[in-house]
Amino acid sequence: MSEPAKMTMQTFTQGLWKENPVFVMMLGLCPVLAVTNTAMNALAMGLATTFVLICSGFLVSLLRKVIPKQVRIASYIIIIATFVTMADYLIQAISLEVYQALGAFIQLIVVNCIILGRAEAYASKNGPLKAVVNGTGMGLGFTFALLCLGVVREVLGGGTLFGMQVMPDRFQPWSIFVLPPGGFFVLAFWLMLFAALEERKRKRRRQRDSEFGGAGSGGGGDGVMGNAVLGMPLKQQNTTPSHRVFSKKGVTE
Amino acid sequence: MNPGSFPAIFLDAFLINNFVLALFLGICPFLGVSGKVKTAGNMGMAVTFVMLVSSLCAFGLNHLLVKFELEFLRLICFIAVIASAVQLVEMAIKRFSPTLFRALGIFLPLITTNCAILGLALFQTAREYSFVQCLAFSLGAGAGFSLALLLMAGLREKLELADLPGLARGAALSLILAGMLSLAFMGFAGLGG
Repeated sequence: MSEPAKMTMQTFTQGLWKENPVFVMMLGLCPVLAVTNTAMNALAMGLATTFVLICSGFLVSLLRKVIPKQVRIASYIIIIATFVTMADYLIQAISLEVYQALGAFIQLIVVNCIILGRAEAYASKNGPLKAVVNGTGMGLGFTFALLCLGVVREVLGGGTLFGMQVMPDRFQPWSIFVLPPGGFFVLAFWLMLFAALEERKRKRRRQRDSEFGGAGSGGGGDGVMGNAVLGMPLKQQNTTPSHRVFSKKGVTE
Repeated sequence: MNPGSFPAIFLDAFLINNFVLALFLGICPFLGVSGKVKTAGNMGMAVTFVMLVSSLCAFGLNHLLVKFELEFLRLICFIAVIASAVQLVEMAIKRFSPTLFRALGIFLPLITTNCAILGLALFQTAREYSFVQCLAFSLGAGAGFSLALLLMAGLREKLELADLPGLARGAALSLILAGMLSLAFMGFAGLGG
């Protein structure tokens, strides 16, 4: 793969996992909590947001040399609002049922910080093709996060998945999961799960460091860096990027 | 109580269908600015004011749009109104209290992208509220948002020095607290009949 293509690929996968808008950057949480009471709603919301992300990213990127700096945020909002209106009418035409289930949250995509954030941080600085790839990655990452919540909440809260029965008949649905508090709890548990995985990865790396006799490898990432200097095998160094996955970047305290 | 009356709408938006804890609107500032009680209170007031202004403007604007059959422009017009209202509040705060301006920081301009405010404008349009009803709705929603923010900030201040497992710290703890608050607010469901 040529170098620029590789770079573009990287921005795609970053959105999916390493810079996942929900789990890592904690952006756009309102729809994540509000419309994930069933997996179907979560999927529809994720796809609608992805559509708006891609289209607005493309247009912002095309117009990036035309829009004056002073009014750029207002212009981005207008562009986003246009595509959201389109998505709104599209969903209404395709499935009235989904439209009614999502309610005002389709129109509220306008104020989803992920979209404005992408327009400002990426699309306004890169070409249309790159903006589309980046938008797709971010959108799919967002859809993935929504599905994570939607699946858990629907299975535990209703015993179904995409409307199909998955739990045995005896199963008493825990209806708290489809109610508002369930959204908060499930998201908290996902965050803790990812933090635990990250912690385990770090612990393993530290253990391996000490087995290899890496003296002075104090805490996690620093140890890897230290070994790289000491001339550790290349394989060891390759693990460096992954240890920052959930470094709580952008979590506002 | 008559469901369309001023107190009924106020109570509904304030407690029963609290914007933050039941409808999940405005989660970003709720998690972001709830570190200190004082900042949270000021943020609540700023948001309430923006809600009031933008709700009343949106009410007038919607009438115009319906008159000229331009409903598809509703979203774009609402967001423009909200952005201007936020600009107004920002200038006022900067002029009268520079300390508060610094304390709110990035979250002040971000009120524009606070879904609670656009949500308010969209809901009141969908429910076809009259002018007085809009007033009650926006005041109730603002008070509810401030209440949720203050409760959260109080809890977080108390828990700042608590001995927690490392995993639960930060965002996860805030979310669990929010979940419990939300659970408590569900108890208001029967209020007002």
